Amino acid sequence: MNRALRLVGRRAISSIPVLLIVVVGTFFLLESASGDAVDAYLVSIGGGDAALVAQLRQSYGLDQSALSRLWLYLGSLLRFDLGWSVGFNRPIAGLILERLPNTLYLMGSATALSFVFGTLLGIVAGAKPGSLRDRVLSIGSLALYAVPSFWLGLVLSITFAVQLRWFPTSGIETIASGKEGLDRALDIARHLVLPVSALALIYLALFLRLMRAGMAEIWRLDFVRAARAKGLAPSRIVLRHVARNALLPVVTMLGLQAASMLGGSVVIESVFAIPGFGRLAQEAVGLRDAPLLMGIIVVSALLVICVNIVIDLIYVLLDPRVGASEVSS
Amino acid sequence: MALYSRRRVLQGAGLLLASTALPSWSFAQDTPSGGRLIVAADSEPRNLNPAIVASNGVFFISSKVIEALAEADFEAEGGVVPRLAVSWEGSEDGLSATFKLREGVVWHDGQPFTSADVAFSAIEVWKPLQNLGRIVFANLESVDTPDDLTAVFNFSKPTPFQLLRNALPVVTSVLPRHLYEGTDIAANPANAALVGTGPFKFAEYRPGEYYRLERNAEYWGEGQPRLDEIIYRVLPDRAAAAGALEAEEIHLAAFSAVPLADLARISQVPGIEVVSKGYEGLTYQLVVEINHRRAELANVEVRRAIAHAIDKQFVIDTIFLGYAKPATGLVPQNAPEFYNPDVPQYDFDVAKANELLDAAGYPRGANGVRFSLKLLPAPYFNETRQFGDYLRQALAEIGIDAQLVNNDSAAHQKAVYTDHDFDLAVAPPVFRGDPAISTTILLRSGTPAGVSFSNQGGYANAEIDALIDQAAETVDTEARTALYNTLQEKVAEDLPLINVAEWGFITVARTSVLNVGNNPRWAVSNWADVALEQ
Repeated sequence: MNRALRLVGRRAISSIPVLLIVVVGTFFLLESASGDAVDAYLVSIGGGDAALVAQLRQSYGLDQSALSRLWLYLGSLLRFDLGWSVGFNRPIAGLILERLPNTLYLMGSATALSFVFGTLLGIVAGAKPGSLRDRVLSIGSLALYAVPSFWLGLVLSITFAVQLRWFPTSGIETIASGKEGLDRALDIARHLVLPVSALALIYLALFLRLMRAGMAEIWRLDFVRAARAKGLAPSRIVLRHVARNALLPVVTMLGLQAASMLGGSVVIESVFAIPGFGRLAQEAVGLRDAPLLMGIIVVSALLVICVNIVIDLIYVLLDPRVGASEVSS
Repeated sequence: MALYSRRRVLQGAGLLLASTALPSWSFAQDTPSGGRLIVAADSEPRNLNPAIVASNGVFFISSKVIEALAEADFEAEGGVVPRLAVSWEGSEDGLSATFKLREGVVWHDGQPFTSADVAFSAIEVWKPLQNLGRIVFANLESVDTPDDLTAVFNFSKPTPFQLLRNALPVVTSVLPRHLYEGTDIAANPANAALVGTGPFKFAEYRPGEYYRLERNAEYWGEGQPRLDEIIYRVLPDRAAAAGALEAEEIHLAAFSAVPLADLARISQVPGIEVVSKGYEGLTYQLVVEINHRRAELANVEVRRAIAHAIDKQFVIDTIFLGYAKPATGLVPQNAPEFYNPDVPQYDFDVAKANELLDAAGYPRGANGVRFSLKLLPAPYFNETRQFGDYLRQALAEIGIDAQLVNNDSAAHQKAVYTDHDFDLAVAPPVFRGDPAISTTILLRSGTPAGVSFSNQGGYANAEIDALIDQAAETVDTEARTALYNTLQEKVAEDLPLINVAEWGFITVARTSVLNVGNNPRWAVSNWADVALEQ
């Protein structure tokens, strides 16, 4: 346990410079894009005269230099203040807290589903590499992996929402329904079925293939032959020896996927009109809302860092050598 | 009346709609009341206050809550009907305008509506803060309120009443003085939770999800509003709006939220109709903006050659799928008060365009190219982007090599209107009922850099400037209209910009929604008479 705690501490400290690089990098990336928040706003209101434009730039703080704005932002970040969104005209912390749960539901369920089913199907396929069921699963997963998520989302929506009407076409819950408690939870779950499926089906393929490939490799190793020679039951060999060892790279991938799912959810949130984090990021770029985008990136980076710390802890559980080498080094 | 309306339907839109839009509103009188209307909204405006931001995105929601002095109408004299004002009159010298206000109107919070609200809105909001009011009310000096129901606007320079009247629906959203006086108007909480006199009260906003408006039982219109609730559901993805309509999750998608390419299919779905009426008062114009700083483009023969190279009918048929009309000049046909059809035309004629360019001294080089241009299509609409692709090909036919630069909104804004980093740009300006509101600014020289949707192409023509300035101070309606007729001729001759097409948007609605498209600014009007068939 001590070992694990020390690991968490080390990771947390080493992530501070990572965060700083992410923030400064995002700021200059957005700064280098042509047009600012006032330009974006003028498009939405159909233009204004020169005095109005100057007045807006001043009230947005855009009349100051980029460096002084960055400095101010970093200062307020140190006080845990994410600042004010110029595009939405609201405090950023509230905006993010409002959107984050929706994305976490979406990402969390999609990651869990794709990981569980991907790994299980991977074990089924990898238990007997080269068999018919392995081939069917491998080819099927390859086909799924090749499908773009927005297309899958649209197809699911047209089939199950527009034509069959089993599920709602879009949204996170029934609008202005006044539902409470369990009813509301069920309502949200119903709305999440299609977007979660669209997101999970694609990542499922990844986990399946990784698991299967790992197992195929491990079957050839000596300790598997030893286990067989010992006369262990085939199911025990598959699960305790082959699958457990093949799980390590899959868990690594789970950590990496957490980040890329945040990206994938941008598309899915747009297609299914879910007011989530990814859509907020997309809107922030369109509005040239630098503080909001940086707020989103900081929170996403924190999320990814947390997920990776958890993954490291799972490593420690799965493979006793991991933590030990960290401590001794 | 019915005959007149039908004629307007056929005039006002392509043939396609005649079959689909002969509207349910002929039965408007005994329609049922109640129900919740659910509408698609594709954006969430940063500031919802129509007195500060006079834009269609804001009006779409706010016009149901906050009313203007008058609203556009198909039949009325002068094209506007009373709302919060019951009558209006401009003085002979153009130095004052008198509005008689409606009696017995109350704000949503119960306070009475009086001329003091109008005076406050005009002096403190429309003139100093509103994007369009800053132009229309530039010379407004004071507003007198001799009694609770009379407001007299005094101008420092003659201000044409024709302009005021045409601008009424757009620039005169009245705010409650008692909530705004003595506060920071731009930061007032009532800019988000609107308080008005309109048929609906602002009830709830869930960011990213929906806006909810509730029936105002105290509304002054008899038997209005008919609906209990309007919900604007935020659907940023266009395919999502079409899907939600088909799945009967929403009733209506305005402003072409359903893409043109989907209309043919969706109009076949039982219970759904496609309506192209109701946008005559907010005509969008497809325009090629020209940077006259480029030596080649400063030559009028080159501009004429470019005009000849554009096949307007092809643009209408292929890009707008028939839901648009070819433009003949600066003012759209939907504005009959000003429209002048007798101006020089540039028919599609590639051979003539090539001749003009040869004669202008720009022969084709060894590779067949005369010169290269940078072309920036505005990204706001599918159609402006697609027209950019078309224009590139059309220019290639006459030996001009156009390099497309595709930007997002903010970047396009900066490149064209601040940095002037373009040779040709594709823009969708709006004709707002009077050329002085947002059309002459596309031609007048002397606009500082950074002002969007204005003449940033460096065009300066003393004759055109003089016409614009004279019309701005001409009080007599006929004389003013004549000046704009001349302006249209001069513009067609000299081509400071090239008008290609004009279009209104499309509403797709379930047939259970009654009174769709029954005024020229329907989507941004108050919807007091809209009803749902139960």
